[in-house]
Amino acid sequence: MDLLTFLQYSFIQKAFFAGSFVAVICSALGLFLVLRKMSLIGDGLSHVSFGAIALGLFIGIYPFYIAIPAVMIASVLILKISEKAKVYGDAAIGIVSAVGIAGGVILASISKGFNVDLFSYLFGNILAISNTEVILSVILSVVVLAVIYFFYWDLFSATFDEEYAKTTGIKTNFINTLLTLLTALTVVLSVKMVGIMLVSALLILPAVTALQLAKGFKTAMIIASLISLISVLLGITFSFFLDLPTGATIVMVNAIFFGLAIVYKKIF
Amino acid sequence: MIMQTIIETKNLFVHYGQTEALKNVSFAIDRGDFVGLAGPNGAGKTTLIKTILGLLPSSGGQIELFGKSKANFNEWGKIGYLPQKISTINALFPATSEEVVVLGLLSQKGFPKRIIARDLKKVDDTLKELGISNLKKKMLSELSGGQQQKVLLARALVSDPEILIFDEPSTALDPESRESFFQLIQKLNKQKGITVVLITHDTSYIGQYANKLLYIDKSLIYFGKFSDFCASEKMNSYFGKYEQHIICHQHN
Repeated sequence: MDLLTFLQYSFIQKAFFAGSFVAVICSALGLFLVLRKMSLIGDGLSHVSFGAIALGLFIGIYPFYIAIPAVMIASVLILKISEKAKVYGDAAIGIVSAVGIAGGVILASISKGFNVDLFSYLFGNILAISNTEVILSVILSVVVLAVIYFFYWDLFSATFDEEYAKTTGIKTNFINTLLTLLTALTVVLSVKMVGIMLVSALLILPAVTALQLAKGFKTAMIIASLISLISVLLGITFSFFLDLPTGATIVMVNAIFFGLAIVYKKIF
Repeated sequence: MIMQTIIETKNLFVHYGQTEALKNVSFAIDRGDFVGLAGPNGAGKTTLIKTILGLLPSSGGQIELFGKSKANFNEWGKIGYLPQKISTINALFPATSEEVVVLGLLSQKGFPKRIIARDLKKVDDTLKELGISNLKKKMLSELSGGQQQKVLLARALVSDPEILIFDEPSTALDPESRESFFQLIQKLNKQKGITVVLITHDTSYIGQYANKLLYIDKSLIYFGKFSDFCASEKMNSYFGKYEQHIICHQHN
C-alpha cells in the first residue's frame, strides 16, 4: 500500500487530526510539568483514569464522561493532599494513583464482564477513535490551548520562580490549580491515544527533548510541540505499515528523538 | 520637607506554628533611604521582608506600603525585589535573560498579560543601563553568578520601582563583583532617588553604603541613622564596643 492510499482512510485521518491536537497540548503542558518537577503527575492521573473508566463501564456510562470529572477532582486532591496534609508531592501522587488503580481492579473483579474493554484502555488505540472522541479531543484541546495562551506569562513566571511571581501579584495558587486541572483533561484525552500505561511519556518526552536543544522558553515550547506532533504522525504511520501497537510506537519515536537530541547536544 | 513613608510596620508579629519569628516590630522607611537590614542568622530578616511582600502571613500588627494598608495595596510594580538565593531558580529552566527581565513587568499587566514592543524596548533599555545588553539572548543558566545577579537586578528595575529590596545579594558574588554590585545600588539610590532596603548578616561593610540601620533579632534592636547608631551609648552597651566598631568602621 502506498502513502496516498494510507492517507485516504478515514480512521487514519481521524487519528492524525485528533492526535495532532493532543500531541500539542501534551508537549506544552509537559514543559511546565517537567520544569516544576511534577512529571509523574501524568502517570498518577492516568492511573486514576483507569479507576474512573472502570466505574464508567461498571455503571454503563460512556467512560470518558466519568473519567474527565473524576481525574480533574483527583488532580485537585493531589494538590490539596500535598498542601494541607504536609505530604510531599510525589507521595501525594502515589496515594491518589494507587487508590485509582485499586478501585479499577476491584470494579473489574466484581463486574466479571468488561475486563476486555477495560484492558483495551491500558494501551489505547487511536486508530479506533470514534467521531465523538475526535470532537471531544478537539474541543478540549482548544480549551487547553486557549488557557495556556491567555495565562502564558503567569504560568511561565510561577514555574520559573514562584516566590517572585507572588511579589508581582500573580495568584500562584490559582495558577497551580489551573495547571493540574489542564493536566487532568489532557491525561484523559491521551488515554485513547497511547493508553493509561504510556500517557506520562507523551507529557515528559517532548519536553525533555526540547530542554536539550532550546535556547529560550518560547523556543523550548515550539520545539516540544513540533517533536510531539511529528512523533504522533510518524508513530501512527509506522505502526500501520509495520503492524505495531500505535501507542507504543508513538512513545518509541518520541524516545528516539530524545536520544538524538542528547547525541546532538554532546556533539555540538 | 515632609518625607513620604514608603514602608511602615506597626507592632508586627509573625509566627511559624508556635514559634515566634518576629515580635512587636515597628519602623518606618522614608523615600530615598538606603536601609541596611541586619541581624544575626535566624534573626527574622528574610521573614520580615517576606511578610512585607505578602509571601508570609503576619500574626499581628499592621503593614502599610506607600501609605496604603497591605490588604489594599496592589501597585506591586513600585517594589523591585531581588530574592536571597539564585539557587531557588530552576537551573534547567531554559529562560533567556530577556525573558527573565520581562517577568518584572508582569506586575503592571492586567488580564491577559501581553508583552508588546514597548515592553521589549523597556527591557532593552534596562539591560543597556546595567551594561549587560550582550546577555539579552543568553540563557540565565549559562551565566556566571555575578551576571545572573545583574539580570535579576534588571528584572527588579524594569518596572521603574520606587523601592528596591535585596535579600543577601552578595551571597553568589566574589568580593570584586560584590563591590561593583553595591556601588551600582548606591548609584541607583543617589542618582535616581530609589529607596533601598538591603538585607545582610554581614554587618562589616553595610555602613559603607547605607544611611540607616535596621537591626533586628526577632524584635527590633535599633532603627535609625547609622551615625546615631555609631554614637549611641545604648547600642554600645548592647553590642559591646568591638561589635559596634565592626558595624560602624566603614561608615562615614
